[in-house]
Amino acid sequence: MSLTVQEIAGLLQTRFPDAVLEVDADSRHPGIRVAPESWHDVALFLRDDPRLAMNLLRCISAVDLHPQPYIDVVYDLLSMRPPVSTGGGAADPWSCAGLVAIRVRLPRERAHVRSVADIWPTANWHEREAFDLMGVTFDGHPDLRRILCPDDWVGHPLRKDYVFPTEYHGIPAATGSAADSAGTGEEH
Amino acid sequence: MGWLRNRFEENFAITTIDWALNWARSNSVWPLTFGLACCAIEMMAAGASRFDLDRFGAGAFRATPRQADLMIVAGTVTFKMAARIRRLWEQMPEPKYVLAMGACTVGGGPYFKYGYHVVKGVDLIVPVDVYVPGCPPRPEALLEGLMRLQEKIRAETIAKRAEPA
Amino acid sequence: MTDINPPITGEAIPQPSAAPGTLHTEELLVNMGPQHPSTHGVLRLLLRTDGELVVEATPHIGYLHRCAEKIGENVTPVQFVPMTDRLDYLAAMNNNHGYSLAVEKLCGIEVPERARYIRVIMCELNRIASHLVSFGSYGLDMGAFTPFLYAFREREYILDLFEATCGARLTYNYLTIGGAAADLPEGFLQRLAGFLDYFEPKIDEYNRLLSYNYIFVKRTAGVGVISAADAIAYGLTGPCLRGSGVRWDLRRCVPYEIYDRFEFDIPIGVPGGTDDIPPEVVVGDSWSRYFVRMLEMKQSVRILRQCLRQIPDGEYRAKVPRVLKLPAGEVYLEVEGARGQLGFLVVGDNGPIPRRVKVRGPSFCNLSIIPHVCRQVLLADVAAILGSIDVVMGEVDR
Repeated sequence: MSLTVQEIAGLLQTRFPDAVLEVDADSRHPGIRVAPESWHDVALFLRDDPRLAMNLLRCISAVDLHPQPYIDVVYDLLSMRPPVSTGGGAADPWSCAGLVAIRVRLPRERAHVRSVADIWPTANWHEREAFDLMGVTFDGHPDLRRILCPDDWVGHPLRKDYVFPTEYHGIPAATGSAADSAGTGEEH
Repeated sequence: MGWLRNRFEENFAITTIDWALNWARSNSVWPLTFGLACCAIEMMAAGASRFDLDRFGAGAFRATPRQADLMIVAGTVTFKMAARIRRLWEQMPEPKYVLAMGACTVGGGPYFKYGYHVVKGVDLIVPVDVYVPGCPPRPEALLEGLMRLQEKIRAETIAKRAEPA
Repeated sequence: MTDINPPITGEAIPQPSAAPGTLHTEELLVNMGPQHPSTHGVLRLLLRTDGELVVEATPHIGYLHRCAEKIGENVTPVQFVPMTDRLDYLAAMNNNHGYSLAVEKLCGIEVPERARYIRVIMCELNRIASHLVSFGSYGLDMGAFTPFLYAFREREYILDLFEATCGARLTYNYLTIGGAAADLPEGFLQRLAGFLDYFEPKIDEYNRLLSYNYIFVKRTAGVGVISAADAIAYGLTGPCLRGSGVRWDLRRCVPYEIYDRFEFDIPIGVPGGTDDIPPEVVVGDSWSRYFVRMLEMKQSVRILRQCLRQIPDGEYRAKVPRVLKLPAGEVYLEVEGARGQLGFLVVGDNGPIPRRVKVRGPSFCNLSIIPHVCRQVLLADVAAILGSIDVVMGEVDR
């Protein structure tokens, strides 16, 4: 029995009436917009409530909405249930009991949201990546440091106003191509 | 061969010794296992049964740079990896060669324009002897690169050379 | 050149105090990688070892960070398809497929029937090729050189088929927006049928060669056991999740493309002693994860045979405008890649170039379980666990 996004939103709205800001059930990526302050409580509810049981956090994506001053963090969740009957149905696959995307809108200049790494351990690395590439800070994360770029990298590359580096530890990076003039703003 | 080089004038004995040394060295170029990305898979395919690097004497991939002659840089070089490549190259004993395999090592490859973390060519880090273009190059192309390297090795000599200008 | 050696970070290792009369040992910090024959690419594992026992393993990634997502924000979807090839470069067709499906969903493009069958054929063939590399290199990691040569021999036949279709052996750029870039060549389906007849008995042969080999079983059975709950919590998908006994495969559970028309099983890890499974095997250990891949190759052959029977004639690509305009909106689509669920989030911006392309690499999530599972294991077991998780760094670092 698979829950629709509207039903999931209904359950959330009953429990957290102030947290649910917007429900977008009909688009190609149906989801629910949640207030950043209540996100951690909502996440705990999504995982632990037996009707929802969103046990798989598929992906955390950060989207820069420049020139609007916002960054959207999108959490894609999935509920996997084991097959109900045992014995004869031993070869039945697990079923998908619901798919939803939760969106949290953060201001670009101070992008802070509570970490959910204590709820879904997979979020640990996803949040480190969002911090590294987009500059979103996850409060309460056990080890928030860069994961893909080197530790002494400057800037957050996936931001729309990112300036491409011209060199790194003596190795030239500027190539004289369009990316440099678009990104660096410095001429050589 | 450092102690042999630059001591003797070129003559018949030296050219014969050269021929023998170069024959031995070009037919036993032992590569370092240095697959970084997709080109590594074509390098593995070149070492496997259909394209067989071993018939060139180059099938003994060494995991440690201390025992390797050739560093086939197979795959994209990133800034994070650059320091390690340099260190591995410095750990290889002379005579050592570098073969830049694939478009990424030759000049940045498909990541040339928007790859902020990609080094635009491994020759910015280590000196390269042979460039093999392709994305990824076919195993036959890698074999051609190896054969060019063998030609380069065969052209070496231990005789005294005139000082470069 | 200035000093490009990175500074050593991390706290000092607390040294155990030696009781009088006992041997004083120290813990060592050992770097496994980024250049290492067994790390399947540029992965650095920082191991804290107490003699031969690994107390803690910390993966450091990013050595192959090739800025795929930044490139995705600057080129059109058709131009990005070849970059998706280079994510999981061992199963490149699956990546092309996933990204094309995501963009088609965003733009509402309907793909013709024949194109869909071509896509499934290519994806399943590439899954077999990828599992062959995994089988060969896992044997190589455990010290067996022969499986590697056999695996690559079979793989060459598959690559011949790919080369005949699209001209490339590894990075294809074939399953593009709207369908496939070209139709299947003359005689392809007969050649594929011939390959399947040749290949299917080989899987049993390789099981006899490696899977049930005493040394291999001793090195991998019972090593690196991951429970089903841990696997789901850490976001493991693909053969790693199925090796822990969770019968979950996107092709059956959240079907996409035309996978609901095919009959195939989802192999999972089972306890030792049942059927032919060696008695030392535990559900969720490295041997189970490896064996799931061997069984999956058989299922892929099964799907391919059904494709051969069902494939219709027709168009190989939908009519896609020369300048494809992406409407404003977002789409997140996952496909079952060879290593797990490969997801693409594409945010359109009413223009030809997307605002954001996010790639959810299955190996990125699979690798995150290493610190949890590589605790109090022997040094040799780290290689066994890593080989069974089968990561491709292109997907991890993107």
